[in-house]
Amino acid sequence: MSRRLRWRKFVSHFMLTMTGLCALVAVAVLFFILGYLVYHGGTSISWNFFTKLPAPVGETGGGMANAIVGSAKLLLLACLLGVPIGFFGAIYLAEFSGGTIAFVVRYAADLLNGVPSIVIGIFAYSLVVLPFKHFSTLAGGFALGLMMIPITLRSTEEFLRAVPRALREGAMALGASQWKTIASVVVPAAYRGILTAILLAFARVAGETAPLLFTAFGNRFWSPGWAQPTASLPVMIFTYAIAPYDDWHRQAWAAGLVLLGLILIINIIARVILSRGVAVPRT
Amino acid sequence: MGSRSFLSKLRDGDEIARLVTFIFAGSVVLITLLLVFELWRESYLPRHKFGFGFFVTSVWDPIFDKFGALPFIYGTVVTAAVALLIAVPLGIGAAIFLAELAPARVSDTLQFFIDLLAAVPSVIYGLLGVFIVIPMMRQYIQPALKNSLGFLPFFQGPAYGVGFLTAGMVLAIMVIPYIISVSREVLISVPRDQREAALALGSTRWESTWKVVLPFARTGIMGSIFLALARALGETMAVTMVIGNTPTISASLFSPGYSIAAVIANEFTEATGDLYLQSLIELGLVLFLLTFLLNGMARLLIVVTSQRGSGMGQA
Repeated sequence: MSRRLRWRKFVSHFMLTMTGLCALVAVAVLFFILGYLVYHGGTSISWNFFTKLPAPVGETGGGMANAIVGSAKLLLLACLLGVPIGFFGAIYLAEFSGGTIAFVVRYAADLLNGVPSIVIGIFAYSLVVLPFKHFSTLAGGFALGLMMIPITLRSTEEFLRAVPRALREGAMALGASQWKTIASVVVPAAYRGILTAILLAFARVAGETAPLLFTAFGNRFWSPGWAQPTASLPVMIFTYAIAPYDDWHRQAWAAGLVLLGLILIINIIARVILSRGVAVPRT
Repeated sequence: MGSRSFLSKLRDGDEIARLVTFIFAGSVVLITLLLVFELWRESYLPRHKFGFGFFVTSVWDPIFDKFGALPFIYGTVVTAAVALLIAVPLGIGAAIFLAELAPARVSDTLQFFIDLLAAVPSVIYGLLGVFIVIPMMRQYIQPALKNSLGFLPFFQGPAYGVGFLTAGMVLAIMVIPYIISVSREVLISVPRDQREAALALGSTRWESTWKVVLPFARTGIMGSIFLALARALGETMAVTMVIGNTPTISASLFSPGYSIAAVIANEFTEATGDLYLQSLIELGLVLFLLTFLLNGMARLLIVVTSQRGSGMGQA
């Protein structure tokens, strides 16, 4: 083997090993994050975290019950806005439209998907907070819902399109109208995919903080109804992490563990649902 | 289907279903237009008062109603640049491993972890940034850089821990999953014959990757980088928590700084006076336009490459 060839082989092995290292580093980051959160969060989490209100500033103890409920309310509102628009919009794109209108809708959805979350916050502020004159759960849910729309829409459309044409034609040949075909054949055939799309969109907005800063704002107490500012887990993590109190730092870790745990579990469930489904061939 | 009259479609509910779903789909377009319109309308005051000067002056003084965005633009650009310098080689390297070397099972498993990493919310990165990365930077990395590369203007000044470099590093970690996922897809779409031809000509595995596969996938990989850049520019929470939140323009990466998204996050609720608030909204508009352009270009590049790949595959 000539020296040159040996050198080339060495370079090849060396560079390919380096790429392997890159992959290793990238994946290791995930386990570092998980490890730190489980370690710091696990030692500071307690029953009080889930059941108590935040303690007054300067006192230790207390929990984030109001933030957990607040996050749940915000996400409920987000789903109420994001899922119908995403789902029915996707049906329009996949089943009814072709050409220009579909292009415009897709373009708008992709544009909306790329908008930085803080800008979504500004939009929700000027659209909901300003007219009502104060921060509210409603405004926060609106902002999160906006972010759910493009994710739900685009992936639901993909899954609807993956349903074989033959199924649609079979239903129509039996005399079903188009919407009956969609409702009783196409959507059931794609339901795993659609569920995955919705779950992933939900998980994505569950951790969003920036759009809530000046829409849902924050609250150290319970937030009755929908028109009051409310605490939420992500915003609590932010305020507690940058505050100068050790006890707050501990609670921020606990909240981080709860939030990340929730998001990763939803992600894993979504992927399991999808992988268990019958693979639908593309036509 | 074509033979059915409009009336029978109406009776079957088809036209109603079409109309209802159309309203939902149309509302997406409406919302997007409204977003652009609101940003434009709500930034009227600073646009008219400062004009282009808004982008090139660096005084940000709410008390005297003077607003210049240069330090924030500088901070956004510098942190994104640092992030890409770290994330691009790492991300593309990992993508090469996943697409070219790893067996399908390993590749899919690793991709699953990468997807989970992409799902970690930015406030969690911020949390780790505050308690893990900042102390580490202050105690080990910044002193080490100062000792070895301190003659460069980038690595001078006191090591606070917070600053451009820290924000850039946290951003890098956040955008790596996007670069890996998209680049991997693009690399996989490169036709097999390209690799086989290079190997048949006697090239080593790395040479076929470096000289044949990567050039083929170049535009798509550029797309993934633009996508990552758009994410990095618009990223708010993690940056806000580690950049130091001081409007500075300094060549040193150790210096605390500020970014567009961070200043909006910190000052929006405290902004008193219309000009102040609208200046922040104009910053939002700038951020929107930047990410809009980058995302558009990214999509174009990715589509171009994957089409070229499939076209060649069939030929």
